[in-house]
Amino acid sequence: MDALLHQVFAGLASGGIYASLALALVMIHNATNHINFAQGEMAMFSTYIAWSLINIGVPYWAAFVATIVISFFAAAAIERILIRPVEKAPVLTVVSVFIGLLLILNSVAGWIYTYTIKSFTSPFPSEPPFGNKFVSSHELGAIAIALFVLVAMYLFFRVTPLGLAMRAAAENPASSRLVGIRVGWMLALGWGFAGAIGAIAGMMIAPLVYLDPNMMAGIMLYAFAGALLGGIDNPWGAVIGGFLMGVLENVVGALIGTELKLTVALVLIIIVLLLRPNGLWGHKVVSRV
Amino acid sequence: MSALLEAQDLHASYGGPAILKGISFTVGEGGITTVLGANGAGKTTLLRAICGMCHRRGRVRFAGQAIENKATEDVVRLGVAHVPDGRGTFLHLTTEENLRLGAYTRHRDKTGIAHDLERVFGYFPKLKERRKQQAGTLSGGEQQMLAISRGLMLRPKLMLLDEPSFGLAPLIVQDIFRIMRAINIQDKVSILLVEQNAELALDLADTAYLMETGQVVLSGPAEQIRSDPSVRKAYLGY
Amino acid sequence: MNTTNKSQLLIALAAIAVALVLPFVVPDYRIFQLTMVLIYSIALLGLNILTGYNGQISLGHGAFYAIGAYTAAIMMDKANAPYWSTLPVAGVICLVVGFLFGLPALRLSGHHLALATLALAVALPQLLKYKHLEHWTGGVQGINLLKPDAPFGLKLSQDQWLYLFTLAVVVLMFVLARNLIRSRVGRALVAIRDHPVAAEAMGVNNAMYKSLTFGVSALYTGVAGALSAIAVQFVAPDSFPLTISFFFLVGIVVGGVASIWGPIFGGFFIQFAPNMADYLSKDLTGAVYGVFLLLFAYVMPTGVVGFLRKLASKSA
Repeated sequence: MDALLHQVFAGLASGGIYASLALALVMIHNATNHINFAQGEMAMFSTYIAWSLINIGVPYWAAFVATIVISFFAAAAIERILIRPVEKAPVLTVVSVFIGLLLILNSVAGWIYTYTIKSFTSPFPSEPPFGNKFVSSHELGAIAIALFVLVAMYLFFRVTPLGLAMRAAAENPASSRLVGIRVGWMLALGWGFAGAIGAIAGMMIAPLVYLDPNMMAGIMLYAFAGALLGGIDNPWGAVIGGFLMGVLENVVGALIGTELKLTVALVLIIIVLLLRPNGLWGHKVVSRV
Repeated sequence: MSALLEAQDLHASYGGPAILKGISFTVGEGGITTVLGANGAGKTTLLRAICGMCHRRGRVRFAGQAIENKATEDVVRLGVAHVPDGRGTFLHLTTEENLRLGAYTRHRDKTGIAHDLERVFGYFPKLKERRKQQAGTLSGGEQQMLAISRGLMLRPKLMLLDEPSFGLAPLIVQDIFRIMRAINIQDKVSILLVEQNAELALDLADTAYLMETGQVVLSGPAEQIRSDPSVRKAYLGY
Repeated sequence: MNTTNKSQLLIALAAIAVALVLPFVVPDYRIFQLTMVLIYSIALLGLNILTGYNGQISLGHGAFYAIGAYTAAIMMDKANAPYWSTLPVAGVICLVVGFLFGLPALRLSGHHLALATLALAVALPQLLKYKHLEHWTGGVQGINLLKPDAPFGLKLSQDQWLYLFTLAVVVLMFVLARNLIRSRVGRALVAIRDHPVAAEAMGVNNAMYKSLTFGVSALYTGVAGALSAIAVQFVAPDSFPLTISFFFLVGIVVGGVASIWGPIFGGFFIQFAPNMADYLSKDLTGAVYGVFLLLFAYVMPTGVVGFLRKLASKSA
């Protein structure tokens, strides 16, 4: 029982990270109908930036904030420079651009930082809080930060005029222009947020899995699975899906062996796509012919 | 009456064949101008060309400024509210969010926006009832009211209306036209109205243009157009 | 036979003639590299049938390549099966797996299908390490194989023989693919890609065709995988990282989407692109692929073949 409880907490910690990444995916998906296959590598690269900053002596939280800001602008720039020209191109071209970006980020990270794994600092104490034996401080901290990010994003989109404008631009670009919204900038902003959220997710997961250029492949698979499970066009669904995926991954890993964890995600993706292609809480897509 | 909007030799296309083949027209300050014509005459394209929603060539001046090279959002920011063909509702957002988006360009003016909301709710009480409802669940007539109100929230100098009567019951259409006149008089908004319902449009407008296949074939004061025998035969049915 | 067909046939014959001479004039390590070019071109042909002609995007063909390779390795290692007999078996296994995978996947389009296939490629290497499969797969250690000798006492080195054997497979597979694409079936595939609803309305069973295309595509890539196991003489889970699937995508985009000749250029590209990276750093290999992918996506979406066609039509 104790072991199971521990797995659930560990699952919620990684689940919060998957949920954040899933939210980043939803943000880009809703704005452009693209799945950003490079999301994971962007997060990985951001985490290396944080590592470099910490390594030259910047205090953790300063490095944390600086990395988020850098990632925000870098991601927005990627949208303006790389994605904008292929906005209306065939799907294969768009996917090619994402994969090209993924390959470049992955390889440049390996070139600069080498492929040897690095440990990454956690900002939280190493002893578990209140002397409990179920959850480490880092896990609890990661859950708290994930929840903070999710609530902050929710409030941004619900309460602020800019958030409303972003939702409008995602839903109906033509009408958005007619009320004076600069739709292009809204897309860049969406990418910026996705980059920033990815950076936070990367910095939270790195102390658990170590830092290496290929760290994100598996993590992104869980995030993809979570987003699909919840519904890739529904932020709430994707977030819940991300948390579920984290718990499922850890419990299954403990029960039937860690070599099958990714396969579980694969099977889940296929089952979801087969039985409920829009996910548990996604909108039904009706296409006109 | 001085010209608020003036187009000269305006051509437009969507990358393919020309839809507008060099047309000129003016909308007077404080006036209501209507453009009549059959399906496919280029009426919708005319409105889109003003707002930079298609390829265009020629000269367009609004309130003394050249706007023929401006992007849609910049034309809108000058005070041109376009109530588009199909109504352009944000279906997944609530009625109120739709209205607030109309005032996006001045979103810091919180008291002004609150005041304007009450004003459009005064025109269209139905929208107040539906305030928190998803706009996609509104009826066609309500969505048309919402589209006009959204345009009004911009506090525009000029409103471009694309077939506001389309697909609506006659009573609702009368209501909407009555309010358009009120908007014109009380809010001092000039209007460029594109319509298939010539009867109603000519009642409302002071100036009218008749379009056929991308060209203006007839223009003049609304009364004069109404009494033109060919217009009567083809568009008014008597 | 019209003139384009005639000239294509002439080009093909000339290419085969050159390919036949090559192993007798270049050193052994080059022969090995050329063998890999041929193998990649079969895999790319498979992906091109799916992605180019049928419009279904796969980011997971590395998985079928791995399944083909493991099929060959296990047959040769555990059952002492002759190397040539592994190709049809690998092909059929991948056909079945691909078809089954295509069944749910065909409800998806564009990005979602790409995602499902990506998931397959991410999960497979880990699955190959699974302890209950270790008896067959050799776990993390993988399986070592011996290179086949030339048969009938032919005076050929192992590398020369394997090259010629692979070349024969390539010719066979390309002729079959060409006939498939020029047939009714091929036209149906293109119709599904360009106008799915119209195709369905004209009586094309989209679902069946799409799954079958997935299967056939996987078959090609599986055969290539089996050949690669024989040529490399080794398989292990880490021989099939995710990047292989991405490199295949790069291969078809660079070579030319929806073209029979594209995969040949793509094969050369995959094999020799890392050499370009060597001038800078081996670590930048992925970046070279990525940069070329971006370059072609933006500037030359029709690939090398499209570029050559444009040249030819200009000079004509």
